Amino acid sequence: MMETYADTLARLAGEDERIVVLTAENRIHIKTLPEKLKDRFIDVGICEQTLVGVAAGLAMKGKIPFVHGIAAFVTMRAFEFIRTDVGIPRLSVKIVGSFPGFLSEGNGPTHQAIEDLALMRLVPNMVALSPSDEEDLSSATAAAAIHEGPVYIRCTNVSPGSIKHQTPFVIGKSETLREGSDAAILVHGLLTNNAFLAAQILAREGISVRVVNMRSLQPFDEEAIVRAAGETRMVLTVEDHIRTGGLSSIVSETIAKYQITAQVASMSVNQSGFHPGPLANIFEQEGFTAEAIAHRIKRELSARELQAGINHRMKKN
Amino acid sequence: MTSTATPGTLASTSIRARKHIITMAAKGGCFIGAAFSCVDLLTVIYSRFLRIDPNDPRNRERDFFILSKGHAAPALYAVLAERGFFPIERLAHHLSANDFIYWHPNTRIPGVEMNTGSLGHGLSVGIGVALSAKLDGSFTRVVVLLGDGELQEGSIWEAALVAASRKLDNLTAVIDRNRIQANLQTEDLSPLEPLREKFSSFGWSPRTVDGHDLSQILSTLNEVPFQHGRPSVIIANTVRGKGIASLEGRVDKWFVEFSDEEAKRAVEELEEYYR
Repeated sequence: MMETYADTLARLAGEDERIVVLTAENRIHIKTLPEKLKDRFIDVGICEQTLVGVAAGLAMKGKIPFVHGIAAFVTMRAFEFIRTDVGIPRLSVKIVGSFPGFLSEGNGPTHQAIEDLALMRLVPNMVALSPSDEEDLSSATAAAAIHEGPVYIRCTNVSPGSIKHQTPFVIGKSETLREGSDAAILVHGLLTNNAFLAAQILAREGISVRVVNMRSLQPFDEEAIVRAAGETRMVLTVEDHIRTGGLSSIVSETIAKYQITAQVASMSVNQSGFHPGPLANIFEQEGFTAEAIAHRIKRELSARELQAGINHRMKKN
Repeated sequence: MTSTATPGTLASTSIRARKHIITMAAKGGCFIGAAFSCVDLLTVIYSRFLRIDPNDPRNRERDFFILSKGHAAPALYAVLAERGFFPIERLAHHLSANDFIYWHPNTRIPGVEMNTGSLGHGLSVGIGVALSAKLDGSFTRVVVLLGDGELQEGSIWEAALVAASRKLDNLTAVIDRNRIQANLQTEDLSPLEPLREKFSSFGWSPRTVDGHDLSQILSTLNEVPFQHGRPSVIIANTVRGKGIASLEGRVDKWFVEFSDEEAKRAVEELEEYYR
């Protein structure tokens, strides 16, 4: 039986009395905690700046606060508090952002956290994690609890779907969910399952696709990126986040840093957001179903073959 | 962790602290008016109220002070040096590339609890420290010094609600009510009055003091918490630039840089003032 995120927090708090849980009245995912944690559950009301400031003060006096807020509000409205009061002094405050990316579903642009990881990656000393599902989230939460310093976690509390996790969450490391040599999909968060299903579709057509759950975006697994670029014919990044500062940026920067050549494509969210609706509709409309991801790989591979053919002919002439 | 200052030395400490601030104003300038308006408050808080040990500045059971109006840093540094947290000579490193004494407080300086300077942060962080103390049954007390202009920040009022809801009677906010923000009179821009009523309606227990009357500040601080189960607020009526007649109450004197000659004259004015 998989441990839920809330149960993980309760268990960790039972094991370490320094852990406290704070929220700005965002209780949906942590309904069981007020009773379990008693006075170590602190709801400050709807005020994200004060939420983060209070967490910083608690950490200054020896606590390990887990701050549970809505991703869009806690990362943006309280950004300066996170940077100045938590990041710069490297305090052990763990921020968990709920309803990140497509998970805001029908809420609309006010609630769409599609730049949260980019923002958190800008904060000094910050670790930024994007687990793929609730099992991965629980594992990330446990890793965050023992990390000394600030951590941001996307609260992706969905079912693992077809994913069978291979390794527990390690900050700075990825997890290879499937090996493959024709293409590699580097993915994080909610879309990991669709990427995994896309690889299964392509396998039936004889195309071998590696799927890597990048899960830790700051620090990130450089080696996995370099290997994907060197060992497969193309790399596709998939994320419900904007390109800038997300996995797409990470992969481009890493390839430039190591001065390697690779065919890279990215599927990310438009900077102006996505059309709100039920998750299934969003996948469909924004082009992030397993079929759409599989189709993109095929298109990129055939474009590559076409180009290779042209290069070959030009050489002959 | 007790203070050794005697009543007679409080006044002389605050005068020496003002001279240190003038030294810093002569080394690249500083927000001298803001520093002078709260230096008497800081002198009493550090000499007689806080249970702190300069030889063990990170002691787990210490009281916490947060200078939320970070631009008054020279007052904090002057008082920390007077209290023995670091040698007074170190103040001469103001804006030096080899030290961390500059226009806003830095935690690399012994005794500084928080990097402040962005207004509206100190109260919520102070609440976190006070809350942690309550959870642990610790006797740690927290004092946060706020500027009156700083009260325009919305985060202050969020925090004011939270402090009252959490019944943090181990938390005291001291408001440096000099009635002048950077370039304007507070009441000309966004009137704060009736200020005392604002805080009491938010669930705080308020007192008003003359922020330059050292014994009044001391006797008021000694009475916190004013009410069991409520955070305390001391509205300290102060004068920007207090102690140098030519600077007092000047709306146009915000950031001031002295030449050596001007610094010498300022010290003379100060000595004349407190003769």
